[in-house]
Amino acid sequence: MFEAVREQAMLRVFRDRGVLIAIWSAAAMVAGVFIWLLADIAMHGAPRFDLSFLIDAPGNSGRSGGIGPILVSTALILTVAIAATVPVGLGAAIFLSEFTRSGGLPGRAVGLSLDVLAGVPSIVFGLFGNAFFCIWLGLGFSILSGGLTLACMVLPVFIRVAEAGLRMTPGDWRNGAAALGLSRLAVLRQILLPAAAPSLVLALMLGIGRSASETAALIFTSGYVDRMPASLLDSGRAISVHIYDLSMNVAGGDPGAYASALALIVFLFIINGAAKWITDSLTARRIVTL
Amino acid sequence: MNETKAPGYTIARVEQGPPCCDPVPVIEIAGLSISYGGKAALTDVKLDIYRGCITALIGPSGCGKTSLLSALNRMTDLIPGCTVEGSIHFGGVDVRAPSLNVAALRRQIGMIFQRPNPFPFSIRRNLEMPLREHGIRNRTELSDRVERSLTDVGLWPEVRDRLDSPALALSGGQQQRLCIARALVLEPSVLLMDEPCSALDPLSSGVVEDLIESLRHRFTVVIVTHNLAQARRIANYAAFFWMPERAGKLIEFGQCRQIFETPAHRLTASYIRGLRG
Repeated sequence: MFEAVREQAMLRVFRDRGVLIAIWSAAAMVAGVFIWLLADIAMHGAPRFDLSFLIDAPGNSGRSGGIGPILVSTALILTVAIAATVPVGLGAAIFLSEFTRSGGLPGRAVGLSLDVLAGVPSIVFGLFGNAFFCIWLGLGFSILSGGLTLACMVLPVFIRVAEAGLRMTPGDWRNGAAALGLSRLAVLRQILLPAAAPSLVLALMLGIGRSASETAALIFTSGYVDRMPASLLDSGRAISVHIYDLSMNVAGGDPGAYASALALIVFLFIINGAAKWITDSLTARRIVTL
Repeated sequence: MNETKAPGYTIARVEQGPPCCDPVPVIEIAGLSISYGGKAALTDVKLDIYRGCITALIGPSGCGKTSLLSALNRMTDLIPGCTVEGSIHFGGVDVRAPSLNVAALRRQIGMIFQRPNPFPFSIRRNLEMPLREHGIRNRTELSDRVERSLTDVGLWPEVRDRLDSPALALSGGQQQRLCIARALVLEPSVLLMDEPCSALDPLSSGVVEDLIESLRHRFTVVIVTHNLAQARRIANYAAFFWMPERAGKLIEFGQCRQIFETPAHRLTASYIRGLRG
Protein backbone atom coordinates (compact mmCIF):
# COMPACT_ATOMS: atom_id res chain seq x y z
CA MET A 1 0.00 0.00 0.00
CA PHE A 2 2.61 2.49 1.14
CA GLU A 3 4.97 1.36 -1.61
CA ALA A 4 2.34 2.03 -4.27
CA VAL A 5 1.72 5.53 -3.00
CA ARG A 6 5.44 6.28 -2.95
CA GLU A 7 5.89 4.97 -6.45
CA GLN A 8 3.07 7.19 -7.66
CA ALA A 9 4.58 10.22 -5.94
CA MET A 10 7.99 9.50 -7.50
CA LEU A 11 6.36 9.25 -10.90
CA ARG A 12 4.68 12.58 -10.39
CA VAL A 13 7.98 14.19 -9.40
CA PHE A 14 9.63 12.88 -12.57
CA ARG A 15 6.76 14.08 -14.73
CA ASP A 16 6.86 17.53 -13.13
CA ARG A 17 10.59 17.72 -13.70
CA GLY A 18 10.18 16.70 -17.33
CA VAL A 19 7.60 19.42 -18.01
CA LEU A 20 9.78 21.95 -16.22
CA ILE A 21 12.79 21.09 -18.39
CA ALA A 22 10.67 21.34 -21.54
CA ILE A 23 9.38 24.78 -20.56
CA TRP A 24 12.84 26.04 -19.69
CA SER A 25 14.36 24.81 -22.92
CA ALA A 26 11.60 26.45 -24.97
CA ALA A 27 12.32 29.76 -23.23
CA ALA A 28 16.07 29.28 -23.67
CA MET A 29 15.60 28.60 -27.36
CA VAL A 30 13.67 31.84 -27.90
CA ALA A 31 16.23 33.84 -25.97
CA GLY A 32 19.05 32.05 -27.76
CA VAL A 33 17.83 32.93 -31.24
CA PHE A 34 17.41 36.55 -30.20
CA ILE A 35 20.88 36.77 -28.66
CA TRP A 36 22.49 35.09 -31.64
CA LEU A 37 20.80 37.50 -34.05
CA LEU A 38 21.72 40.48 -31.92
CA ALA A 39 25.35 39.40 -31.53
CA ASP A 40 25.69 38.74 -35.26
CA ILE A 41 24.37 42.17 -36.22
CA ALA A 42 26.35 43.96 -33.52
CA MET A 43 29.59 42.20 -34.48
CA HIS A 44 29.29 42.87 -38.22
CA GLY A 45 27.70 46.29 -37.89
CA ALA A 46 29.92 47.82 -35.19
CA PRO A 47 33.01 48.57 -37.38
CA ARG A 48 31.11 51.11 -39.48
CA PHE A 49 28.67 52.29 -36.82
CA ASP A 50 29.64 55.76 -35.61
CA LEU A 51 28.28 59.29 -35.56
CA SER A 52 29.34 60.14 -39.08
CA PHE A 53 27.59 57.00 -40.36
CA LEU A 54 24.35 58.30 -38.85
CA ILE A 55 24.79 61.77 -40.37
CA ASP A 56 26.49 61.37 -43.77
CA ALA A 57 24.75 60.78 -47.08
CA PRO A 58 25.29 57.36 -48.63
CA GLY A 59 27.86 57.16 -51.41
CA ASN A 60 28.52 54.59 -54.13
CA SER A 61 25.04 53.00 -53.78
CA GLY A 62 25.46 52.74 -50.03
CA ARG A 63 28.82 50.96 -50.05
CA SER A 64 30.38 54.03 -48.44
CA GLY A 65 29.11 57.08 -46.58
CA GLY A 66 26.28 56.92 -44.04
CA ILE A 67 22.52 56.83 -43.71
CA GLY A 68 21.65 60.45 -42.81
CA PRO A 69 18.98 61.05 -45.49
CA ILE A 70 17.61 57.57 -44.93
CA LEU A 71 17.08 58.22 -41.23
CA VAL A 72 15.32 61.49 -42.09
CA SER A 73 13.06 59.73 -44.64
CA THR A 74 12.29 56.98 -42.15
CA ALA A 75 11.41 59.51 -39.46
CA LEU A 76 9.14 61.41 -41.87
CA ILE A 77 7.39 58.23 -43.04
CA LEU A 78 6.86 57.22 -39.40
CA THR A 79 5.51 60.66 -38.52
CA VAL A 80 3.00 60.52 -41.36
CA ALA A 81 1.99 56.98 -40.37
CA ILE A 82 1.51 57.90 -36.70
CA ALA A 83 -0.32 61.12 -37.50
CA ALA A 84 -2.78 59.15 -39.62
CA THR A 85 -3.04 56.11 -37.33
CA VAL A 86 -3.66 57.72 -33.95
CA PRO A 87 -6.82 59.77 -34.64
CA VAL A 88 -8.45 57.16 -36.90
CA GLY A 89 -7.39 54.25 -34.71
CA LEU A 90 -8.45 55.89 -31.48
CA GLY A 91 -11.81 56.81 -32.97
CA ALA A 92 -12.42 53.25 -34.15
CA ALA A 93 -11.28 51.77 -30.82
CA ILE A 94 -13.63 54.08 -28.91
CA PHE A 95 -16.46 53.17 -31.29
CA LEU A 96 -15.86 49.46 -30.75
CA SER A 97 -15.45 49.55 -27.00
CA GLU A 98 -17.93 52.23 -25.97
CA PHE A 99 -20.58 52.54 -28.65
CA THR A 100 -21.21 48.97 -29.74
CA ARG A 101 -22.69 46.27 -27.60
CA SER A 102 -20.42 43.27 -27.34
CA GLY A 103 -21.82 40.67 -29.72
CA GLY A 104 -23.81 43.25 -31.70
CA LEU A 105 -23.70 43.26 -35.49
CA PRO A 106 -21.80 46.54 -36.13
CA GLY A 107 -19.10 45.66 -33.62
CA ARG A 108 -18.74 42.13 -34.96
CA ALA A 109 -18.56 43.31 -38.57
CA VAL A 110 -15.86 45.90 -37.87
CA GLY A 111 -13.99 43.52 -35.58
CA LEU A 112 -13.96 40.72 -38.14
CA SER A 113 -12.71 42.99 -40.93
CA LEU A 114 -9.94 44.23 -38.63
CA ASP A 115 -8.84 40.72 -37.78
CA VAL A 116 -8.72 39.78 -41.47
CA LEU A 117 -6.82 42.97 -42.33
CA ALA A 118 -4.30 42.30 -39.56
CA GLY A 119 -3.41 39.02 -41.23
CA VAL A 120 -2.96 40.41 -44.74
CA PRO A 121 0.71 40.19 -45.88
CA SER A 122 2.45 43.54 -46.04
CA ILE A 123 3.27 43.18 -49.73
CA VAL A 124 -0.47 43.27 -50.42
CA PHE A 125 -0.70 46.52 -48.50
CA GLY A 126 2.22 47.76 -50.60
CA LEU A 127 0.40 46.98 -53.85
CA PHE A 128 -2.81 48.51 -52.52
CA GLY A 129 -0.93 51.64 -51.43
CA ASN A 130 0.70 51.89 -54.83
CA ALA A 131 -2.63 51.60 -56.64
CA PHE A 132 -4.59 53.84 -54.28
CA PHE A 133 -2.25 56.52 -52.92
CA CYS A 134 0.46 56.68 -55.63
CA ILE A 135 -1.68 56.32 -58.74
CA TRP A 136 -5.34 56.93 -57.95
CA LEU A 137 -4.81 59.86 -55.56
CA GLY A 138 -1.82 60.98 -57.62
CA LEU A 139 0.61 61.22 -54.72
CA GLY A 140 3.29 59.31 -56.66
CA PHE A 141 6.21 57.55 -55.03
CA SER A 142 6.39 59.72 -51.97
CA ILE A 143 6.90 59.77 -48.23
CA LEU A 144 3.21 60.67 -47.91
CA SER A 145 2.12 57.57 -49.88
CA GLY A 146 4.46 55.38 -47.83
CA GLY A 147 3.32 56.77 -44.49
CA LEU A 148 -0.36 56.42 -45.36
CA THR A 149 0.16 52.86 -46.58
CA LEU A 150 1.92 52.02 -43.31
CA ALA A 151 -1.01 53.57 -41.42
CA CYS A 152 -3.41 51.23 -43.24
CA MET A 153 -1.22 48.29 -42.32
CA VAL A 154 -0.74 49.24 -38.68
CA LEU A 155 -4.33 50.34 -37.98
CA PRO A 156 -5.89 46.91 -37.37
CA VAL A 157 -3.39 45.97 -34.66
CA PHE A 158 -3.46 49.47 -33.16
CA ILE A 159 -7.27 49.45 -32.97
CA ARG A 160 -7.47 45.97 -31.44
CA VAL A 161 -4.89 46.73 -28.72
CA ALA A 162 -6.41 50.13 -27.93
CA GLU A 163 -9.90 48.62 -27.85
CA ALA A 164 -8.78 45.89 -25.46
CA GLY A 165 -7.24 48.55 -23.21
CA LEU A 166 -10.45 50.56 -23.14
CA ARG A 167 -12.56 47.47 -22.51
CA MET A 168 -10.36 46.47 -19.59
CA THR A 169 -11.21 49.63 -17.64
CA PRO A 170 -13.61 48.56 -14.88
CA GLY A 171 -17.31 49.15 -15.47
CA ASP A 172 -17.45 50.45 -11.88
CA TRP A 173 -15.84 53.67 -13.07
CA ARG A 174 -18.37 54.14 -15.86
CA ASN A 175 -21.27 53.62 -13.44
CA GLY A 176 -19.69 55.81 -10.77
CA ALA A 177 -19.18 58.60 -13.28
CA ALA A 178 -22.68 58.26 -14.72
CA ALA A 179 -24.14 58.43 -11.19
CA LEU A 180 -22.34 61.75 -10.73
CA GLY A 181 -24.16 63.12 -13.75
CA LEU A 182 -21.10 63.18 -16.00
CA SER A 183 -21.66 63.04 -19.74
CA ARG A 184 -20.39 60.17 -21.84
CA LEU A 185 -17.76 62.41 -23.40
CA ALA A 186 -16.57 63.54 -19.97
CA VAL A 187 -16.28 59.94 -18.81
CA LEU A 188 -14.24 59.11 -21.88
CA ARG A 189 -11.99 62.15 -21.66
CA GLN A 190 -11.53 62.29 -17.91
CA ILE A 191 -11.46 58.64 -16.91
CA LEU A 192 -11.37 56.02 -19.64
CA LEU A 193 -8.67 57.47 -21.91
CA PRO A 194 -6.27 58.28 -19.03
CA ALA A 195 -6.95 54.88 -17.48
CA ALA A 196 -6.32 53.12 -20.76
CA ALA A 197 -3.22 55.23 -21.49
CA PRO A 198 -0.76 52.36 -20.89
CA SER A 199 -2.53 50.23 -23.47
CA LEU A 200 -2.74 53.13 -25.88
CA VAL A 201 1.01 53.68 -25.52
CA LEU A 202 1.58 49.98 -26.09
CA ALA A 203 -0.62 50.07 -29.20
CA LEU A 204 1.35 53.03 -30.53
CA MET A 205 4.70 51.39 -29.81
CA LEU A 206 3.67 48.18 -31.54
CA GLY A 207 2.63 50.29 -34.50
CA ILE A 208 5.89 52.23 -34.59
CA GLY A 209 7.93 49.07 -34.23
CA ARG A 210 6.13 47.41 -37.10
CA SER A 211 6.30 50.53 -39.27
CA ALA A 212 10.00 51.11 -38.66
CA SER A 213 10.90 47.63 -39.76
CA GLU A 214 8.52 47.40 -42.72
CA THR A 215 9.99 46.84 -46.18
CA ALA A 216 7.48 45.32 -48.56
CA ALA A 217 4.76 47.91 -48.04
CA LEU A 218 7.25 50.72 -48.71
CA ILE A 219 9.10 49.50 -51.81
CA PHE A 220 6.09 50.27 -54.00
CA THR A 221 4.96 53.42 -52.23
CA SER A 222 7.76 55.58 -50.84
CA GLY A 223 10.36 54.34 -53.27
CA TYR A 224 14.11 53.87 -53.40
CA VAL A 225 15.60 57.35 -53.76
CA ASP A 226 18.34 57.81 -51.15
CA ARG A 227 18.65 61.59 -51.43
CA MET A 228 17.63 63.91 -48.60
CA PRO A 229 13.85 64.48 -49.10
CA ALA A 230 12.82 68.11 -49.62
CA SER A 231 9.10 67.60 -48.90
CA LEU A 232 6.57 64.94 -48.02
CA LEU A 233 5.84 64.54 -51.72
CA ASP A 234 9.44 63.52 -52.42
CA SER A 235 10.37 59.90 -52.65
CA GLY A 236 12.41 58.72 -49.66
CA ARG A 237 14.17 55.47 -48.80
CA ALA A 238 13.19 53.93 -45.48
CA ILE A 239 15.90 52.21 -43.46
CA SER A 240 14.47 48.73 -43.93
CA VAL A 241 14.34 49.27 -47.70
CA HIS A 242 17.97 50.43 -47.49
CA ILE A 243 19.01 47.27 -45.67
CA TYR A 244 17.14 45.11 -48.19
CA ASP A 245 18.67 46.92 -51.13
CA LEU A 246 22.23 46.78 -49.79
CA SER A 247 22.11 43.12 -48.97
CA MET A 248 20.24 41.92 -52.07
CA ASN A 249 21.11 44.29 -54.92
CA VAL A 250 24.47 45.87 -54.10
CA ALA A 251 27.58 43.73 -54.34
CA GLY A 252 29.80 44.54 -51.35
CA GLY A 253 26.94 46.26 -49.53
CA ASP A 254 26.89 43.90 -46.55
CA PRO A 255 28.90 46.02 -44.08
CA GLY A 256 26.58 48.96 -44.75
CA ALA A 257 23.54 46.71 -44.40
CA TYR A 258 24.77 45.38 -41.08
CA ALA A 259 25.50 48.85 -39.71
CA SER A 260 22.06 50.06 -40.83
CA ALA A 261 20.43 47.05 -39.21
CA LEU A 262 22.30 47.87 -36.02
CA ALA A 263 20.95 51.44 -36.18
CA LEU A 264 17.41 50.09 -36.65
CA ILE A 265 17.74 47.69 -33.73
CA VAL A 266 19.12 50.40 -31.45
CA PHE A 267 16.14 52.54 -32.43
CA LEU A 268 13.71 49.70 -31.65
CA PHE A 269 15.38 49.17 -28.27
CA ILE A 270 14.97 52.86 -27.48
CA ILE A 271 11.30 52.74 -28.52
CA ASN A 272 10.65 49.70 -26.34
CA GLY A 273 12.47 51.19 -23.38
CA ALA A 274 10.54 54.43 -23.74
CA ALA A 275 7.25 52.54 -23.92
CA LYS A 276 8.06 50.59 -20.78
CA TRP A 277 9.17 53.71 -18.93
CA ILE A 278 6.02 55.63 -19.93
CA THR A 279 3.59 52.84 -19.03
CA ASP A 280 5.39 52.16 -15.74
CA SER A 281 5.23 55.77 -14.67
CA LEU A 282 1.58 55.99 -15.74
CA THR A 283 0.56 52.93 -13.75
CA ALA A 284 2.64 53.92 -10.73
CA ARG A 285 0.77 57.20 -10.54
CA ARG A 286 -2.52 55.52 -9.97
CA ILE A 287 -1.63 52.26 -8.20
CA VAL A 288 -3.55 49.98 -10.46
CA THR A 289 -2.47 47.59 -13.16
CA LEU A 290 -4.52 47.01 -16.24
CA MET B 1 -35.66 69.77 -9.16
CA ASN B 2 -34.82 72.94 -7.25
CA GLU B 3 -35.32 71.13 -3.99
CA THR B 4 -32.70 72.71 -1.77
CA LYS B 5 -31.86 71.89 1.79
CA ALA B 6 -33.92 74.70 3.23
CA PRO B 7 -33.68 75.28 6.95
CA GLY B 8 -36.69 74.30 8.99
CA TYR B 9 -36.89 70.64 8.11
CA THR B 10 -40.10 69.12 9.37
CA ILE B 11 -38.12 66.46 11.13
CA ALA B 12 -37.94 65.92 14.81
CA ARG B 13 -34.81 64.85 16.66
CA VAL B 14 -33.74 61.26 16.90
CA GLU B 15 -33.59 61.46 20.68
CA GLN B 16 -37.33 62.01 20.78
CA GLY B 17 -37.68 58.45 19.68
CA PRO B 18 -39.70 57.02 16.85
CA PRO B 19 -41.54 58.25 14.99
CA CYS B 20 -38.55 60.52 14.45
CA CYS B 21 -39.63 61.99 11.17
CA ASP B 22 -42.67 63.84 10.05
CA PRO B 23 -43.38 61.97 6.87
CA VAL B 24 -42.84 64.55 4.13
CA PRO B 25 -42.44 62.57 0.94
CA VAL B 26 -39.56 63.70 -1.26
CA ILE B 27 -39.77 60.78 -3.68
CA GLU B 28 -43.15 59.32 -4.57
CA ILE B 29 -43.20 56.00 -6.38
CA ALA B 30 -46.43 54.53 -7.76
CA GLY B 31 -47.19 51.53 -9.94
CA LEU B 32 -43.50 50.98 -10.57
CA SER B 33 -42.56 47.86 -12.53
CA ILE B 34 -39.09 47.06 -13.84
CA SER B 35 -38.26 44.31 -16.29
CA TYR B 36 -35.13 43.11 -18.03
CA GLY B 37 -35.63 41.89 -21.59
CA GLY B 38 -39.32 41.22 -20.89
CA LYS B 39 -38.64 39.37 -17.62
CA ALA B 40 -40.23 41.21 -14.70
CA ALA B 41 -37.86 41.95 -11.83
CA LEU B 42 -40.14 44.14 -9.79
CA THR B 43 -43.87 44.68 -10.08
CA ASP B 44 -46.29 47.36 -9.01
CA VAL B 45 -44.43 49.12 -6.22
CA LYS B 46 -46.00 51.99 -4.36
CA LEU B 47 -43.64 53.65 -1.95
CA ASP B 48 -42.91 57.08 -0.52
CA ILE B 49 -39.41 58.09 0.53
CA TYR B 50 -39.50 60.61 3.36
CA ARG B 51 -37.30 63.64 3.57
CA GLY B 52 -34.33 63.56 5.92
CA CYS B 53 -34.96 59.95 6.89
CA ILE B 54 -33.07 56.78 6.26
CA THR B 55 -35.18 54.24 4.41
CA ALA B 56 -33.83 50.70 4.25
CA LEU B 57 -34.83 48.33 1.46
CA ILE B 58 -34.56 44.79 2.75
CA GLY B 59 -35.31 41.36 1.37
CA PRO B 60 -33.57 38.43 -0.27
CA SER B 61 -31.27 38.76 -3.31
CA GLY B 62 -32.95 39.10 -6.67
CA CYS B 63 -36.15 40.69 -5.46
CA GLY B 64 -35.52 43.98 -7.25
CA LYS B 65 -34.16 46.24 -4.51
CA THR B 66 -31.17 47.41 -6.52
CA SER B 67 -33.35 47.80 -9.61
CA LEU B 68 -35.67 50.06 -7.66
CA LEU B 69 -32.71 52.09 -6.43
CA SER B 70 -31.29 52.52 -9.95
CA ALA B 71 -34.66 53.60 -11.32
CA LEU B 72 -34.68 56.57 -8.92
CA ASN B 73 -31.70 58.28 -10.59
CA ARG B 74 -32.33 56.78 -14.04
CA MET B 75 -29.25 54.55 -13.91
CA THR B 76 -31.62 51.99 -15.44
CA ASP B 77 -31.23 53.96 -18.71
CA LEU B 78 -27.73 52.51 -19.01
CA ILE B 79 -28.82 48.88 -18.82
CA PRO B 80 -29.67 47.49 -22.27
CA GLY B 81 -33.07 45.82 -22.36
CA CYS B 82 -34.27 47.34 -19.11
CA THR B 83 -37.75 48.85 -19.15
CA VAL B 84 -39.31 50.88 -16.36
CA GLU B 85 -43.03 51.50 -16.06
CA GLY B 86 -45.06 53.48 -13.56
CA SER B 87 -44.37 56.86 -12.05
CA ILE B 88 -41.58 58.31 -9.96
CA HIS B 89 -41.81 61.87 -8.74
CA PHE B 90 -38.94 63.66 -7.07
CA GLY B 91 -39.95 66.91 -5.42
CA GLY B 92 -42.97 66.98 -7.71
CA VAL B 93 -40.90 66.51 -10.88
CA ASP B 94 -41.52 63.48 -13.09
CA VAL B 95 -38.24 61.58 -13.03
CA ARG B 96 -39.23 59.46 -16.01
CA ALA B 97 -40.04 62.37 -18.32
CA PRO B 98 -37.97 62.04 -21.53
CA SER B 99 -37.22 65.76 -21.47
CA LEU B 100 -35.72 65.61 -17.98
CA ASN B 101 -32.09 66.70 -17.63
CA VAL B 102 -30.63 63.45 -16.35
CA ALA B 103 -27.30 65.03 -15.38
CA ALA B 104 -29.13 67.52 -13.15
CA LEU B 105 -31.21 64.71 -11.65
CA ARG B 106 -28.13 62.66 -10.81
CA ARG B 107 -26.51 65.72 -9.31
CA GLN B 108 -29.49 65.94 -6.95
CA ILE B 109 -29.69 62.22 -6.28
CA GLY B 110 -26.24 60.78 -5.56
CA MET B 111 -25.43 57.09 -5.59
CA ILE B 112 -23.00 54.91 -3.64
CA PHE B 113 -22.16 51.46 -4.95
CA GLN B 114 -21.47 48.15 -3.29
CA ARG B 115 -17.82 48.14 -4.29
CA PRO B 116 -15.93 51.37 -3.64
CA ASN B 117 -15.16 52.87 -7.06
CA PRO B 118 -12.80 55.82 -6.71
CA PHE B 119 -11.41 57.00 -10.04
CA PRO B 120 -7.78 56.17 -10.81
CA PHE B 121 -6.39 59.55 -9.93
CA SER B 122 -5.59 61.65 -6.86
CA ILE B 123 -7.95 62.12 -3.92
CA ARG B 124 -8.32 65.80 -4.76
CA ARG B 125 -9.06 65.20 -8.44
CA ASN B 126 -11.67 62.56 -7.54
CA LEU B 127 -13.65 65.31 -5.84
CA GLU B 128 -12.78 68.25 -8.09
CA MET B 129 -13.41 66.56 -11.42
CA PRO B 130 -17.21 66.14 -10.96
CA LEU B 131 -17.44 69.74 -9.77
CA ARG B 132 -15.51 71.02 -12.77
CA GLU B 133 -17.67 68.98 -15.12
CA HIS B 134 -20.72 70.62 -13.55
CA GLY B 135 -19.26 74.04 -14.27
CA ILE B 136 -17.69 74.98 -10.95
CA ARG B 137 -14.23 76.34 -11.73
CA ASN B 138 -13.53 78.87 -8.97
CA ARG B 139 -10.37 77.72 -7.16
CA THR B 140 -11.42 78.73 -3.64
CA GLU B 141 -14.87 77.26 -4.06
CA LEU B 142 -13.38 74.01 -5.30
CA SER B 143 -10.99 73.65 -2.38
CA ASP B 144 -13.67 74.72 0.12
CA ARG B 145 -16.06 72.11 -1.15
CA VAL B 146 -13.38 69.42 -1.20
CA GLU B 147 -12.48 70.16 2.41
CA ARG B 148 -16.11 70.32 3.50
CA SER B 149 -17.11 67.02 1.94
CA LEU B 150 -14.01 65.25 3.26
CA THR B 151 -14.76 66.65 6.71
CA ASP B 152 -18.36 65.43 6.42
CA VAL B 153 -17.21 61.86 5.85
CA GLY B 154 -14.49 62.11 8.51
CA LEU B 155 -11.65 61.65 6.04
CA TRP B 156 -10.18 65.14 6.30
CA PRO B 157 -7.87 64.48 9.26
CA GLU B 158 -6.69 61.25 7.62
CA VAL B 159 -5.91 62.61 4.15
CA ARG B 160 -5.36 66.36 4.50
CA ASP B 161 -1.61 65.92 4.02
CA ARG B 162 -1.88 63.64 1.01
CA LEU B 163 -4.66 65.03 -1.12
CA ASP B 164 -2.51 64.53 -4.20
CA SER B 165 -1.72 60.87 -3.61
CA PRO B 166 -3.66 58.21 -5.56
CA ALA B 167 -7.15 57.47 -4.28
CA LEU B 168 -6.69 53.79 -5.02
CA ALA B 169 -3.92 53.61 -2.41
CA LEU B 170 -6.50 54.21 0.35
CA SER B 171 -7.94 51.31 2.34
CA GLY B 172 -11.30 49.85 1.33
CA GLY B 173 -13.22 51.69 4.02
CA GLN B 174 -11.48 54.95 3.23
CA GLN B 175 -12.23 54.44 -0.46
CA GLN B 176 -15.91 53.98 0.28
CA ARG B 177 -15.95 57.11 2.43
CA LEU B 178 -14.21 58.96 -0.41
CA CYS B 179 -16.97 57.79 -2.75
CA ILE B 180 -19.55 59.13 -0.33
CA ALA B 181 -17.61 62.41 -0.18
CA ARG B 182 -17.56 62.46 -3.99
CA ALA B 183 -21.35 62.21 -3.99
CA LEU B 184 -21.67 64.82 -1.22
CA VAL B 185 -19.40 67.30 -2.97
CA LEU B 186 -22.17 67.94 -5.53
CA GLU B 187 -24.51 68.82 -2.63
CA PRO B 188 -27.30 66.39 -3.49
CA SER B 189 -30.47 66.11 -1.43
CA VAL B 190 -30.89 62.35 -1.75
CA LEU B 191 -28.29 59.59 -1.44
CA LEU B 192 -28.94 56.12 -2.83
CA MET B 193 -26.74 53.45 -1.28
CA ASP B 194 -26.50 49.96 -2.69
CA GLU B 195 -25.12 47.74 0.08
CA PRO B 196 -22.40 50.26 0.88
CA CYS B 197 -20.86 48.17 3.66
CA SER B 198 -21.00 44.67 2.23
CA ALA B 199 -17.56 44.78 0.59
CA LEU B 200 -15.85 46.15 3.71
CA ASP B 201 -14.29 44.53 6.76
CA PRO B 202 -16.33 44.77 10.00
CA LEU B 203 -14.32 47.67 11.39
CA SER B 204 -14.58 49.88 8.28
CA SER B 205 -18.16 48.77 7.91
CA GLY B 206 -18.85 50.20 11.37
CA VAL B 207 -17.19 53.49 10.47
CA VAL B 208 -19.23 53.81 7.26
CA GLU B 209 -22.39 52.92 9.17
CA ASP B 210 -21.75 55.68 11.69
CA LEU B 211 -21.16 58.02 8.79
CA ILE B 212 -24.51 57.13 7.19
CA GLU B 213 -26.15 57.66 10.57
CA SER B 214 -24.60 61.15 10.72
CA LEU B 215 -26.10 62.04 7.33
CA ARG B 216 -29.64 61.64 8.65
CA HIS B 217 -31.64 64.90 8.60
CA ARG B 218 -29.17 66.58 6.23
CA PHE B 219 -29.83 64.14 3.45
CA THR B 220 -32.54 61.71 2.49
CA VAL B 221 -30.93 58.27 2.41
CA VAL B 222 -32.26 55.16 0.67
CA ILE B 223 -30.13 52.16 1.51
CA VAL B 224 -30.24 48.59 0.24
CA THR B 225 -28.82 46.25 2.83
CA HIS B 226 -28.72 42.55 3.53
CA ASN B 227 -27.58 43.21 7.04
CA LEU B 228 -30.82 43.22 9.02
CA ALA B 229 -29.11 44.31 12.22
CA GLN B 230 -27.69 47.28 10.36
CA ALA B 231 -31.08 48.20 8.92
CA ARG B 232 -32.54 47.99 12.39
CA ARG B 233 -29.81 50.20 13.85
CA ILE B 234 -29.87 53.03 11.34
CA ALA B 235 -33.15 53.09 9.42
CA ASN B 236 -36.25 55.13 10.22
CA TYR B 237 -38.32 53.33 7.64
CA ALA B 238 -37.99 49.90 6.19
CA ALA B 239 -39.47 48.39 3.04
CA PHE B 240 -39.56 44.62 2.82
CA PHE B 241 -39.44 43.01 -0.62
CA TRP B 242 -40.13 39.40 -1.50
CA MET B 243 -40.70 37.47 -4.70
CA PRO B 244 -43.93 35.53 -4.53
CA GLU B 245 -43.89 34.60 -8.26
CA ARG B 246 -40.32 35.10 -9.47
CA ALA B 247 -40.83 38.88 -9.70
CA GLY B 248 -40.07 41.12 -6.75
CA LYS B 249 -42.89 42.76 -4.86
CA LEU B 250 -43.12 45.21 -2.00
CA ILE B 251 -44.66 43.24 0.85
CA GLU B 252 -44.63 45.69 3.65
CA PHE B 253 -43.51 49.24 4.31
CA GLY B 254 -43.50 51.05 7.58
CA GLN B 255 -41.48 52.50 10.39
CA CYS B 256 -38.42 50.46 11.06
CA ARG B 257 -39.41 49.61 14.61
CA GLN B 258 -42.83 48.44 13.52
CA ILE B 259 -41.39 46.27 10.72
CA PHE B 260 -38.94 44.64 13.08
CA GLU B 261 -41.08 44.36 16.19
CA THR B 262 -44.65 43.96 15.03
CA PRO B 263 -44.56 42.99 11.34
CA ALA B 264 -48.00 42.89 9.80
CA HIS B 265 -47.24 40.29 7.18
CA ARG B 266 -46.24 36.71 7.97
CA LEU B 267 -43.51 36.77 5.25
CA THR B 268 -41.93 39.79 6.90
CA ALA B 269 -42.12 38.12 10.27
CA SER B 270 -40.42 34.94 9.12
CA TYR B 271 -37.75 36.85 7.15
CA ILE B 272 -36.96 39.09 10.11
CA ARG B 273 -36.65 36.08 12.40
CA GLY B 274 -34.33 34.42 9.90
CA LEU B 275 -36.74 31.63 9.05
CA ARG B 276 -36.84 32.53 5.37
CA GLY B 277 -34.59 34.02 2.71
